[in-house]
Amino acid sequence: MSRTLVVVGNGMVGHRLVEAVRAADVAGDWHIVVLAEEARPAYDRVGLSSYVDSWDAEALALPGADHATDEHVELQLGDAASAVDTGRKLVTTASGTAQPYDALVLATGSRPFVPPVPGHDLPGCFVYRTIDDLDAIHAAARRARDGRGRASGIVVGGGLLGLEAAKALRDMDLSPHVVEMAPRLMPLQIDDGGGALLARLVAELDVTVHTATSTAEIVPEGHRLVARLGNGTDLDADLVVFSAGIRPRDDLARSCGLEIAERGGVLVDEQCRTGIADVYAIGECAAVQGTTYGLVAPGYAMAEAVAAQLTSGHPATFPGADTSTKLKLLGVDVASFGDAHAQTEGALEVVVNDAVAGTYKKLVVSDDGTTLLGGVLVGDTGEFNTLRTLVGRALPDDPAAILSPDGAAAGGVGVDALPDEAQVCSCNAVTKGAITSAVHEGGCESVAGLKACTGAGTGCGSCVPLLGKLLDSCGVEQSTAVCEHFPQSRSELFEIVAGTGIATFSELIARYGSGSGCAICKPAVASILASLGTGHILDGEHATLQDTNDRHLANMQRNGTYSVVPRVPGGEITPEKLIAIGEIAREFDLYTKITGGQRIDMFGATVDELPRIWRRLVDAGFESGHAYGKALRTVKSCVGWTWCRYGVQDSVGMAVELELRYRGLRSPHKLKAAVSGCARECAEAQSKDFGVIATERGWNLYVGGNGGALPRHADLLASDVDSETLIRLIDRFVMFYIRTADRLQRTARWLEEMDGGLEHLRSVIVDDSLGICAELEAAMHEHVANYVDEWNAVLSDPDKLARFTSFVNAPEAPDPTISFRTERAQKVPVLLGTPEVSRS
Amino acid sequence: MNCGVEQTGDPTAWTRVCAVDAIPEAGGVAALLPGGAQAAVFRDPSGTVYALSNIDPFSGAAVLARGIVGDTDEVPFVASPLHKERFDLRTGECLDDASVRVSSFDVLLDDGVVFVRELGP
Ligand code: SRM
Ligand SMILES: Cc1cc2nc3c(=O)[nH]c(=O)nc-3n(C[C@H](O)[C@H](O)[C@H](O)COP(=O)(O)OP(=O)(O)OC[C@H]3O[C@@H](n4cnc5c(N)ncnc54)[C@H](O)[C@@H]3O)c2cc1C
Ligand code: SF4
Ligand code: FES
Repeated sequence: MSRTLVVVGNGMVGHRLVEAVRAADVAGDWHIVVLAEEARPAYDRVGLSSYVDSWDAEALALPGADHATDEHVELQLGDAASAVDTGRKLVTTASGTAQPYDALVLATGSRPFVPPVPGHDLPGCFVYRTIDDLDAIHAAARRARDGRGRASGIVVGGGLLGLEAAKALRDMDLSPHVVEMAPRLMPLQIDDGGGALLARLVAELDVTVHTATSTAEIVPEGHRLVARLGNGTDLDADLVVFSAGIRPRDDLARSCGLEIAERGGVLVDEQCRTGIADVYAIGECAAVQGTTYGLVAPGYAMAEAVAAQLTSGHPATFPGADTSTKLKLLGVDVASFGDAHAQTEGALEVVVNDAVAGTYKKLVVSDDGTTLLGGVLVGDTGEFNTLRTLVGRALPDDPAAILSPDGAAAGGVGVDALPDEAQVCSCNAVTKGAITSAVHEGGCESVAGLKACTGAGTGCGSCVPLLGKLLDSCGVEQSTAVCEHFPQSRSELFEIVAGTGIATFSELIARYGSGSGCAICKPAVASILASLGTGHILDGEHATLQDTNDRHLANMQRNGTYSVVPRVPGGEITPEKLIAIGEIAREFDLYTKITGGQRIDMFGATVDELPRIWRRLVDAGFESGHAYGKALRTVKSCVGWTWCRYGVQDSVGMAVELELRYRGLRSPHKLKAAVSGCARECAEAQSKDFGVIATERGWNLYVGGNGGALPRHADLLASDVDSETLIRLIDRFVMFYIRTADRLQRTARWLEEMDGGLEHLRSVIVDDSLGICAELEAAMHEHVANYVDEWNAVLSDPDKLARFTSFVNAPEAPDPTISFRTERAQKVPVLLGTPEVSRS
Repeated sequence: MNCGVEQTGDPTAWTRVCAVDAIPEAGGVAALLPGGAQAAVFRDPSGTVYALSNIDPFSGAAVLARGIVGDTDEVPFVASPLHKERFDLRTGECLDDASVRVSSFDVLLDDGVVFVRELGP
């Protein structure tokens, strides 16, 4: 009999708990019921402010949070828990259902604290915690803007969240004011010196700061509001956002008699147990031994501890937490960690305040100057990651030397100085030791590998640079050289080929490489030459550069036969063409299968049959589908508005247009795309290298998605653009990728490793910050204008055709090693033995 | 079996492959031998001709002639088109797994034409 776990609250921590239980509970012992007050599945609240970039809630979705395919999880959205009867083990919800439990976990998070200022509940006053809050602020901002000049907004509270809110208001084109009671911004995290510099940097961002004053009263004035400040200033504004701290949501716990900590929060022990059996509390609502935490990483650690207890039955404790913080988004680098205010007895402060450079750095050290206790960094947070992992440990150098801009640690504190127990990734609690052993014993050789095998770097991402440094220090040379024959990276080779006009591999390696090449550099250079339009990939010496599949314009199977995949643009195909494929497959006795890319694959052709099959396909109106190439594969489509009752654009038409535009284009890795006719996303566009989703007003363009081994959701690059803009942006995106990516690097990994990430990509592609867009577009036009079908080109060239034989000395002879048997009414290869292995 | 190859029945006889120019530079071709064996015949960029068995020992598929030819530390190799294991063109030794070797063939160049035969016992 399965037991029931009821989780109250579906925020980030509640969700992590469900994930952790599901991951460990292989037998499916727990049936999990999640009661969620919000109407949408858990989302990335930490990233809430990025919502203003796209106003697309999907972009914040946490992977798998809807638990759509998991029969063990029941998600009750929009139905808050209203009462708990711990005696009968029953939770009642707002809609009146009674839910029995065997174990209950409270993960109700926090609420924003709104000071009881008169007028705080007027229309136009908001808080900043949920997607719904941001939607409400957005609507008010839009109303305020209508028909008038620049509207303005006030943020009450100059802490971390207040500054994020100010930035969000600015992005909504409001002029923001921040009112902070303390004498400096971010009073909890940074000190006066850092605060002064921060105020200056923030002011440069068009945010007006009022410190050391309170908000005394808010009064309506027409459609607007006036905030009377304690210092006598009156501020006119269109809206007010309260961001004056948070309070744990412990009301449900109070009403059912659970013990509450002195300063609020559900009191739990270090195993996150309340005083009542089988009732736990985690995340921001919990006060672990009296302390609450307003950050997500400690909440995750609590979730893991409770999940371990529920699934193993053994005690597991909350290990304590790193409360270091880094301000995101505002465009100012601010970080604090450890005992930033030097509250430890005898603590000493070492400060370097460089007003000219706009940097302020403070380290707090023990009275003997040897142990790092904490610190504050403003203006330059390059050393944040290493320093925060050193808290509580011996400093590798004299503190002043570490801070000095040209001192021993100019490049930051060396990762070598970190002890093995230092937590490198605090989101996922991964230590330096775990990382180095993944490198040495686990054979991880890249940041991507470390992410996959340790989980480090998959949360907020701030530790990713440190992962690279650790790889370096483990002696894993993350060389960018293509291989032993070329010291250059792929993008450098691309620039060389583009700049010099070199058109053959032999000339390139003679001038810029050494030796005669290998199975890494040859296909890489072949791809570069093809991207730059140096003719058919089987022309002259190009032929022997090509990787296995490109060499014969078909995919090689395990027995040496090939598969043939004709292009079916957008997956749209006429009955006549379907019949033609059927007839050809029957004639050549090919195994047929519908692929995952909305087209048809025919398997089991011998090398000498390929041209004859292509002939038949070309005559029936088909062309190569490039299923073999590092090139555009398919542009999937959904049926769209032509047929679908929800469609808002012609998604099939757009998919066909895109597939025909980019067909044949060689790239560092394969490219996949999709177009969906509405937000229901039946074409799965967000898992593609570029994905397009129709909106009422045009198209949303997503980039950098991936399925495969390391799936990634694509990022929104542009919204509501018209068809012409869409195609222009994709032209630029694809060409920029082709120029700068590494070999065999999908767009997802390319984007993840790009300095400056999506913002940088957007500035290059949308705002043309590098001034290269005209060039990128011209390169794409060139490609489009010169496209020819690769199969057809072989059919009309006797030299190329001659290579499609099994034996040079017996062109008519079939390969005697190939044979087939029948399975489910079609032929499949007979598995080959290993006749010639001679092991000495 | 009518496969166009002269069936002399003598496995030590030379089999004509093709004109040396018909082997792509830094590439390979496959040849069928009397008795059904297959040779993969390669030409490295310097023009030297090598012949190995065409059978990839890791998969059993007759595909080595379709691999990429290259060098590492001056050792000429072909990389299997299936999973990229590299074989020394001179000896057939696998560079990625020292315990594996493919057999090699005798090569004869006569007036621009390549012949191969199985190595004597
Ligand atoms: C035929 C097909 C499977 C099927 O029966 O449906 C297929 C078959 C192969 N896939 Fe795939 N993939 C097929 C859809 C997919 C999909 C689904 C999709 O495209 O919607 C994915 C995940 C989506 C993605 O790529 O982001 C997929 C992820 C991969 C990967 C992993 C890529 C990655 O980034 O991790 C590889 C390996 C690679 O490319 O390095 C791969 C490689 C291969 C190769 C080409 C291996 C090879 O080089 O021989 C297989 C060739 C089979 C053959 O002999 O024809 N295939 N493969 C699908 C062909 C689609 C088409 O019409 O072109
Ligand atoms: C703008 C912003 C920026 C942030 N930036 C960072 C950052 O950079 N780093 C960091 O570590 N943290 C950051 N945080 C804090 C972080 O989001 C929280 O620590 C984290 O979300 C806490 O998770 P939780 O699950 O405990 O609470 P929440 O995410 O608040 O989730 C609690 C959920 O429970 C629901 N709920 C409450 N009562 C009930 C009930 N009775 N029945 C059913 N459901 C209920 C709520 O509606 C809510 O959905 C930020 C927060 C915000 C708002
Ligand atoms: S994505 Fe939208 S338009 Fe396309 S098929 Fe699905 S529901 Fe219809
Ligand atoms: S610290 Fe956030 S992902 Fe590693």
